[in-house]
Amino acid sequence: MNQKRWLTFAGIVFLAAVMLLTGCGGQQAADPVETPDNGDAGDDTPEEAQESVAIMLGGSDSEVNVVARLAEEYMNDNPHVSIAVTGGGSGVGISSLIDGDIDVANSSRPMRDSEIADLEANQGEDAYAVRFAVDGVAVLVNENNPVEELTVDQIGAIYRGEITNWSEVGGENMDITLYGRQSTSGTYVFFMELVVQGEYSERKRNMAGTSDIVEAVIGDVGGIGYAAIGYADEDGVKALSVAAGEGSQAYDPTVLENVTSGNYPLTRPLYQYIAGKPEGALLDFFLFEVSEAGQAIVLQEGFYPITAADIDFNKAALE
Amino acid sequence: MLSLSEKVMKVIFLICGLAIVLFLAGILFTLLSNSWPALREMGLVPFLTPGRWNPGAYGEPTYSLFNMIYGTFLVTVGALVFAVPIGVAAAAYLAEIAAPWERELFKPIVEILAGIPSVVLGFFGLVVIAPLISRIFNIPSGITALNGAILVGIMAMPTIITLAEDAITAVPKEYRNASLALGGTRWQTIWKITVPAAFSGITAASLLGMGRAIGETMTVLMVTGNMIAWPESFLDSVRTLSAGIAIDIGDVVFNSTHFHALFVAGLLLFTITFIVNLLADILIHRNPEVNK
Repeated sequence: MNQKRWLTFAGIVFLAAVMLLTGCGGQQAADPVETPDNGDAGDDTPEEAQESVAIMLGGSDSEVNVVARLAEEYMNDNPHVSIAVTGGGSGVGISSLIDGDIDVANSSRPMRDSEIADLEANQGEDAYAVRFAVDGVAVLVNENNPVEELTVDQIGAIYRGEITNWSEVGGENMDITLYGRQSTSGTYVFFMELVVQGEYSERKRNMAGTSDIVEAVIGDVGGIGYAAIGYADEDGVKALSVAAGEGSQAYDPTVLENVTSGNYPLTRPLYQYIAGKPEGALLDFFLFEVSEAGQAIVLQEGFYPITAADIDFNKAALE
Repeated sequence: MLSLSEKVMKVIFLICGLAIVLFLAGILFTLLSNSWPALREMGLVPFLTPGRWNPGAYGEPTYSLFNMIYGTFLVTVGALVFAVPIGVAAAAYLAEIAAPWERELFKPIVEILAGIPSVVLGFFGLVVIAPLISRIFNIPSGITALNGAILVGIMAMPTIITLAEDAITAVPKEYRNASLALGGTRWQTIWKITVPAAFSGITAASLLGMGRAIGETMTVLMVTGNMIAWPESFLDSVRTLSAGIAIDIGDVVFNSTHFHALFVAGLLLFTITFIVNLLADILIHRNPEVNK
């Protein structure tokens, strides 16, 4: 009886070993992206509008969903254009653009000067950028917490674990419990770069989703969490007003105007970068994104419409 | 002489049996091949030594699983501490004391408990147990290792009850009769004779319950807070290996170091569960008293 069991066990191990040895070469098949064979057609043949055009976009994970939605709507009206959108992160997108693998890099941060220089060196073209949406984050506390406003620096110190009691920021004598997202979340990175500017405290509790963060803060009077602005008006939590620095005015993110005017500090424009001034189908797609119809989709997907400053910024690329 | 149809059926059943082996081998292969790039890059040591799981670091990413292993240990041990005594006592009652109609009523209830989806239990933990823990222990948040341990204990209990009951029932009648004939009470018979005689079976039941507890993901993910720091006590938030994988795997960049590091965590979890189940299996089949 016992011997048989060990034979079975040995059999499993043997089978596993065989599969391991024979299967080693198979890894490449796992690459996820389907690549149209003529990626940069969109740049080169702008004149013949009815010829089928393929545009490749890649980069920021926070932008993937909204850009894919925009592309879908655009393709419905322009069946000759096919647009593929992939993620990977802003850095991945920018380096793919420099290498010429994609046409547009989605990036939630501006390109660095060194990257712009690389692009010019590799592609012989200047970098042009379009801002097509605004991303914003609200800082949430329990509704019974008397604290109403904080500066960006204070929130950063709280999330770095340097401030651990609400009394240090003008609240009650009560421990702060940190709630946040996992490291692969776009908001995690946004918040880390803009607010924390260092390592998150180890004592931050990572919730599986934004609604879990809200749920946790509702149940914890000393809790603090961050979430997309859309979550800020849930019952049981309130969004803190945030001031850019000490002495400057704090703005409430639940007032749409404070976000669209750019006064609320925890926002960032979402960029799309291209090598060379956009033309043809590509230009047409960008114009659709910043049009009223495009901006309505942006709002539906949980982001904010671009501001007057962004429209001004876009002039260089779109006019 | 076997008829043709019997031969065909034999082959079909053999294929079904082999399929299980193939699935297991396939899973093991996937785990090994996907964790290999991370192991080749860093070796096994950084994963198993104290440090921080910080793949999305501001500075240099680090991939220590140490605190998560401890978190898994805390939740599992916490779960067993109350699931084993209650489970074994319930099993002893069912096997030795309960009237047949009580057994008829009780056993389906145990099965229903086993069938509750883990996400439902997790929600129960979040909405009911968390506020309770926070009030009883006067701490700001009830999202703690204790909460996870309670729920995982509840989930492991049906396994423990069912298997322990089988083990106790399998103790030969002569044992009980001898004890009762010598003037032992029912209580003495159960505690001094029947349960010790079924000891290896009960241990196996507990180990299989433990295997269930170690791998449990959704419930733990929802109620333990998933903090990566070293937990100070049962009333602190923890992250287990399974929850750690589930949190990150959804939107990790495909084929990145982080992605492969998650497979290392999976491989570790697989190894631990495999060893626990193997031990239980060995114990079940080494049951000398009963087989005599």
